[in-house]
Amino acid sequence: MVNLQNWRRPLESLVLSGGAILVGLLLFGIFCALVGANPFAVYASIWKAAFGQWSTFQNTLIRAAPLMLSFLCTALPARLGLVIIGNEGALVIGGLGAVLMGLMLSYGNLVPSPEQLAEPLGMSPLVIQIAMALAGMAAGGLWIMAVGALRHYRAVNETISSLLLNYIAIALLNHLVGGPIRDPASLNKPSSFSLAEAVMLGNIPGTRVHWGLLYGIIACIISYILIQRTTFGFSARVAGGNIRAARIAGLPVGKLTLIICFLAGSCAGLAGMVEVAAVQGSANESLNVGYGYGGILVAFAARHNPLAAILISLLVGGILASGGILQRTHNLPDATVLIFQGLIFLCVLYSDSLYGRFGIFKEKPMTAQPPAPPTTPGQEPVVIS
Amino acid sequence: MSAETATTEALGWLGVPLAVIAGTMRGGTPFLFVSLGECLTEKSGKINLGLEGTLLTGAMSAYGISLITGSPWLGVLVAGLAGCFLGAIHGWLSQQLRVNDVAVGIAMIIFGSGIAFFFGKPFIQPSAPLLPTINLGGANLPPALQAALQISPLFLLGLAIAPLMQWFFRSTRWGLFIRAVGDSPEAARAMGVSIFKVRMLSIIAGSFLAGIGGASLSLYYPGLWTERISSGQGLMAVALVIFARWNPIACLWASLLFGGAQALGPALQSVGVQEGYYLFNAAPYVLTLVIMIFTCSPQRSLVGAPGALGKENA
Repeated sequence: MVNLQNWRRPLESLVLSGGAILVGLLLFGIFCALVGANPFAVYASIWKAAFGQWSTFQNTLIRAAPLMLSFLCTALPARLGLVIIGNEGALVIGGLGAVLMGLMLSYGNLVPSPEQLAEPLGMSPLVIQIAMALAGMAAGGLWIMAVGALRHYRAVNETISSLLLNYIAIALLNHLVGGPIRDPASLNKPSSFSLAEAVMLGNIPGTRVHWGLLYGIIACIISYILIQRTTFGFSARVAGGNIRAARIAGLPVGKLTLIICFLAGSCAGLAGMVEVAAVQGSANESLNVGYGYGGILVAFAARHNPLAAILISLLVGGILASGGILQRTHNLPDATVLIFQGLIFLCVLYSDSLYGRFGIFKEKPMTAQPPAPPTTPGQEPVVIS
Repeated sequence: MSAETATTEALGWLGVPLAVIAGTMRGGTPFLFVSLGECLTEKSGKINLGLEGTLLTGAMSAYGISLITGSPWLGVLVAGLAGCFLGAIHGWLSQQLRVNDVAVGIAMIIFGSGIAFFFGKPFIQPSAPLLPTINLGGANLPPALQAALQISPLFLLGLAIAPLMQWFFRSTRWGLFIRAVGDSPEAARAMGVSIFKVRMLSIIAGSFLAGIGGASLSLYYPGLWTERISSGQGLMAVALVIFARWNPIACLWASLLFGGAQALGPALQSVGVQEGYYLFNAAPYVLTLVIMIFTCSPQRSLVGAPGALGKENA
């Protein structure tokens, strides 16, 4: 898949992204030192909590799964030049949709009575899981498709509208689990009724990691193929590069926008389904725990490349997984993780300005070679309008 | 929330419109400062989504300083300075080649809220001295009504800044520089104006105002520090500036409208409408979205929009 004539640009990308992450790590160390924690001990803790042992690495994998899916919610529209950050909202709505579907198919009621709870309808768990995944994807997809439609038909700024929809989604979740679909047994943390053990997504054999990880990896690979190897992906990239040229070439820009936004939202919705069906077991406020912002960070750090995102998701998942140990052993508050993410994000953005500054990555002038075909799997910097 | 509860408990359903009107001034104050800050920033041709983080950092630092020193006004000043610090990062980074200002804004939301939550952890419980208020109501009014008519000096300050900023843009040399840089950077460069410097200063000054907006949250209304204190007001301000067509006076009216929308949820809750509490609390977000749907149009670019907004760094 790698075009050997063009190795310098991917390498430049790799070096700059990796360098940015290292500089972010360094700045975070300085921050730790400033607030009185020993940076080397903090690094060691993060390493141990996130990657050091197989038992703790599994925590990282569990967190990486929703990040890979949430990442696609920002990365796919980025191909069209849209900056969509409604990951959190689509994830919440997807999780909500999945729970509602799961309860409906299991008990025939969103608020099952004790009799209904005692006697489930007995539908096959596999069918219920598939229906839940579809419901989550449809709900999240429509949520982000609305953002795309507003962008296309009303020129509403997609970044702002998708962010507003995050807040609206969370309000909707709080409203529903606080009243209409609340399980009276959930006292301190209002939740919907729980899904039966049988319909939950199991773990990959021999691990504590649920099957959601596989969903994430498959979704990233499919997206990579879709964007880089199909006519559809090519049209999307053309429209993202120059929308007027795309219109003149007769590409259906509106349709592309709606479809891509639907796909993007459905990935985040699937992340929500995975969270409820593999981790939470019900819909509650724990659905919005930062996978949305994490996914955005992954998208920019991976430069919207789905294959790179699989690796970066592991990194960010590791950062999220180490939050607890930072609090316990170094007495650093949860927000430390946010600062860490913010610093890496800022460094990654700065590294964009360094492209072309280092002579070693310059392409050699080509003499005999024809110009690279447009479908080269290059990691060209995405043009964001 | 408590003031609204008191108002409406005493006056019943009549209290709802009253609480909403009081909310326009109380809840509108942070919107006013953030939207004026964003307006100044966007006039220079850059967008700053990170004001959400600035608002949180401002709220936290104002509350913390007021708690430690006992002087809320010092808190307001430090909130503004903390805003300047975040603004300087945004201003420098968003002007680098190929760096997108929207993306920097998202990173600054994460970073700014991280800073606010990290250093704000010890300030969640204790109560700090708040800013003094000016009572508009006479002594013969019921106490509930008096509570609703307490005006913050910060609101009056914002009230004064809006027309001043309008005058600044229209009639001063520096105002002209900012508009030139925002509308056509090439022309500004030909005039010998440093685009980098003007944008940097505009972004820093805008962030100063947003920091003060944060101070009005924690030191005036609701007058406490929690991690959910801003819940997206910094972002709504960005939409509000579009709605206000980059006009400082219009920002003032729009802020009052948003402040009122925000007071709706708590006001209804206090008269016993528990049902849709969270939904009513989402009113400002829905309002923002609806306003954007009606004011934007794909056929024409918005009247008053700075020409360089959303363009890449040259």
